[in-house]
Amino acid sequence: MGMTVVLEVQNLSVAYAMPGGALQAVRDVSLSVARGEVLGIMGESGCGKSTLAAAMINLLPPAARVGQGAVRLNGTDMLRLAPAAQRALRGRSVAMVFQDPMTAFNPVLTIGQQVADFVGAHDASLARPDRLAAMLDRVGIPDAARCLGRYPHELSGGMRQRVAIAAALLMQPDVLIADEPTTALDVTMEAQIIHLLRDLRTTFDGAIVIVTHHLGVIAELCDRVAVMYAGEVVEEGPVDAIFHDPQHPYTRALLACDPAVVDPASGRLPTIAGRLPDLTAPPPGCAFEPRCGMALAVCSQPVPRRVPAAGRSVLCHRGAE
Amino acid sequence: MLAYAIRRVGLSLLILIVVMTAMYGMVFLVPGDPASLALGPRATPELKEALRERMGLDQPILTQIFLFFGNVLQGDLGTDVWSKRPVLDQILEVFPNTLILGSVALGWALVLGVLLGCAAVVWRDTVVDRLLGVLSVSVISVPSFVIAIYALIVFAVWLNWLPAIGAGEAGDLGSQARALVLPAFALGLGWVGYLARLIRASMLEVMEAPHIRTARAFGMSERDIVFRHALRVAIVPTISVLAVGFGGILSSAVFVESVFSRPGIGTLITAAVEKRNYPVVMGTVLFMTAFYLMIVTAADLLIARLDPRVRDVLRG
Amino acid sequence: MSFVVDPALPARRGIGRALLADPMGLAGLVIVVTFVAMALLAPWIAPYDPIALDVKAKFLTPSAAHWAGTDHLGRDLLSRIIWGARLALGIAITSVGIAGVIGLVLGLVAGYGPRWLDSGLVLVFDSLSSLPMIFFALAVITVLGPGTLTLILVIVLVSFPAYARLIRTQTLTLAGADYILAERAMGARPGRIIFRHLLPNVVGPLVILICMDIPVVIMLEAGLSYLNLGVKPPSPSWGNILAEGYTSLRQAPHVVIVAGVPLVLATLGFTFLGEGLRDVLDPRGAGRRWA
Repeated sequence: MGMTVVLEVQNLSVAYAMPGGALQAVRDVSLSVARGEVLGIMGESGCGKSTLAAAMINLLPPAARVGQGAVRLNGTDMLRLAPAAQRALRGRSVAMVFQDPMTAFNPVLTIGQQVADFVGAHDASLARPDRLAAMLDRVGIPDAARCLGRYPHELSGGMRQRVAIAAALLMQPDVLIADEPTTALDVTMEAQIIHLLRDLRTTFDGAIVIVTHHLGVIAELCDRVAVMYAGEVVEEGPVDAIFHDPQHPYTRALLACDPAVVDPASGRLPTIAGRLPDLTAPPPGCAFEPRCGMALAVCSQPVPRRVPAAGRSVLCHRGAE
Repeated sequence: MLAYAIRRVGLSLLILIVVMTAMYGMVFLVPGDPASLALGPRATPELKEALRERMGLDQPILTQIFLFFGNVLQGDLGTDVWSKRPVLDQILEVFPNTLILGSVALGWALVLGVLLGCAAVVWRDTVVDRLLGVLSVSVISVPSFVIAIYALIVFAVWLNWLPAIGAGEAGDLGSQARALVLPAFALGLGWVGYLARLIRASMLEVMEAPHIRTARAFGMSERDIVFRHALRVAIVPTISVLAVGFGGILSSAVFVESVFSRPGIGTLITAAVEKRNYPVVMGTVLFMTAFYLMIVTAADLLIARLDPRVRDVLRG
Repeated sequence: MSFVVDPALPARRGIGRALLADPMGLAGLVIVVTFVAMALLAPWIAPYDPIALDVKAKFLTPSAAHWAGTDHLGRDLLSRIIWGARLALGIAITSVGIAGVIGLVLGLVAGYGPRWLDSGLVLVFDSLSSLPMIFFALAVITVLGPGTLTLILVIVLVSFPAYARLIRTQTLTLAGADYILAERAMGARPGRIIFRHLLPNVVGPLVILICMDIPVVIMLEAGLSYLNLGVKPPSPSWGNILAEGYTSLRQAPHVVIVAGVPLVLATLGFTFLGEGLRDVLDPRGAGRRWA
């Protein structure tokens, strides 16, 4: 399609130092997202998707170590930059919206003070109250000027998430990363935020990465989806193609179940029998093999990455033969 | 908010009454009455009787306690056994000295302590952090009156830079300020370490909070995060410690004032204890306890103001 | 059934080794052991009688004969400091020991006894700890007159509320723990629960608190003695040596300088040891050396 790639993750591996050895949370992940595109990253909890999201802005927890790989933002490897240079990119080139809007804001500062500090770190002219209010207005916050003078606890969770999104967009970043943006919200708020993000697809010209375990969010918002399992991207491609023709048994298990069968009350992914492998000593072969209904003898061997169709990839022995 | 304030003040008053009754009761539990103790073993029975009458000791105990509280409510803390001056006058005469000393000591300790605590967080797990850690523990543990004596030898006796004794000439602010330097230094030094430690611990906890990650995700510099965002949250628990700490400072001031022969509550009560001057001791203890409870209550109310969450809980 | 174990039951191994690995804790241990040895061996290691006068030898600066010099009455300062260690540690350990026992008993009673007793005791603890410590101590001294016994009583009175509060909180937390509920469900007597489960678990934090309190108590003893309201002269309390030296500050500053050293070292030593012990015994605080 000839779109410009703005964020590229290349052969990234991230491990956590643990008493029992290094827990390999992200294993050799390569992904890219272009301007105007919405990429979904989907998987069960513990699959490494949140670690991957944190690595994209290089804000990993202290115990995490990047083993190898690069996170290129407009071609520059974020992981190799000096801290000050990284800070210059954060917020301005790559912005992030976090899962829990309840704790994402400082409780003792007003919304206005905080957002002004956030954007003022890069551009003092953006921190003017009228600019801030205009931005809040754009994400659908009523009475935006008064909202700036309020403390976080005076706003509802949905409102706070709107403010977080507004703040992230204020500097027109190239990439917006949303880590489980709707998970902590109740169903109505969730619908509102999904609606807001869908509107953004037309008004925001950067790339969006949405990390979620919610199939509905992927189906509603994303162009492409990467399915993660045990720290690896097991399947990646256009949302329509993957939802209609999943190639990896894990993706199939997730969708097994097709969105209609998903528990209507929670809308969350169904559970799959079995447990995640021990990531301090991941198997050399397919990580999903022990839980896979279609496992072959060859599945305990290292897995090749296949390209079943243009723009798609899958990490599975089946179909490779 | 008002209801909360009333509850807090009420509890403080209750504690104060319990304390005073206990202290008064203690006087009567001990063998030998205050008058004979004050006069010493060689006093004649007539002298003792006269003093007993003057101190109101000839009345029944309950009457005495009621009289005492009644007088206290009218702002009368009793009369000095020896000089016959009202106790409250004597206290109010020297109290400003102690208050200034305590405030200056806690003030410089707070400024430096917060700076050092923040420095330890900005450079956490480096040599700076570890050095500040050992230094803090060291200055906390060394008694302030020993620091006072050493400071007096070095800066007043050997170098002769600052006055060794007194609170300065009346009306001469310069000499008063010079007389304040050494006592305030000795009194505040331990608190620098204590506050640095406290701020650091409180700050490290805050730095783990998700909202700090938000600030980092927006590319705010670590220094701005520490001073503009984390400190505001971390300082709130410090306020209640500061209030309690002010009580501690006033206690240590007793020794430091004595080292520098500085007129104040400490020198007043020490002299009274030596002379068994009951009304002065009891009056001063009551005054200081009330003052201290007032500070602690005020701090609680201030916290309620500073933390918008607490404020709303109280309002709601 | 969930797996519930009393954390104090497995023996705590390696406390000593962990303490030795921590430079600050080790320094504290060395200092404390030195002072304890001085206190225990005072009659044998002190070169002179600490209260023997020798007016001809007054205000001698440190020399081979008098390592720390002599005071205004010609008494050997080193001997007075060594005997002073015996006084300081003796008073400190006696008083925090008594306060510890009182605090333990009252705390257990408040935490595990009837509710009405709890609220009464809490009011007492709160009232006592809401007093500015020194002023309270001075009031008690006025009533009882200065002296070593008064000093010990004063220290007990100002220390035990904090211990009792700690024990009460610990007891309340533990009494709701799964393994204690399980024992009670199986019909264990209160005595068994208190002695087998509560005591071993609450004693650790109490020991740490007491250890951290010892430097404060040493300071209080020396301070009150310095004000002539503690141990009576001519007993060689460090506070008395300081007070006597203070009167001849310009004439013979070495007396005051030398007398301050043991106070500084002892308070530092006990604090470092207390911090080290806390890091070792209280794994929740481990690695947060400053907290």
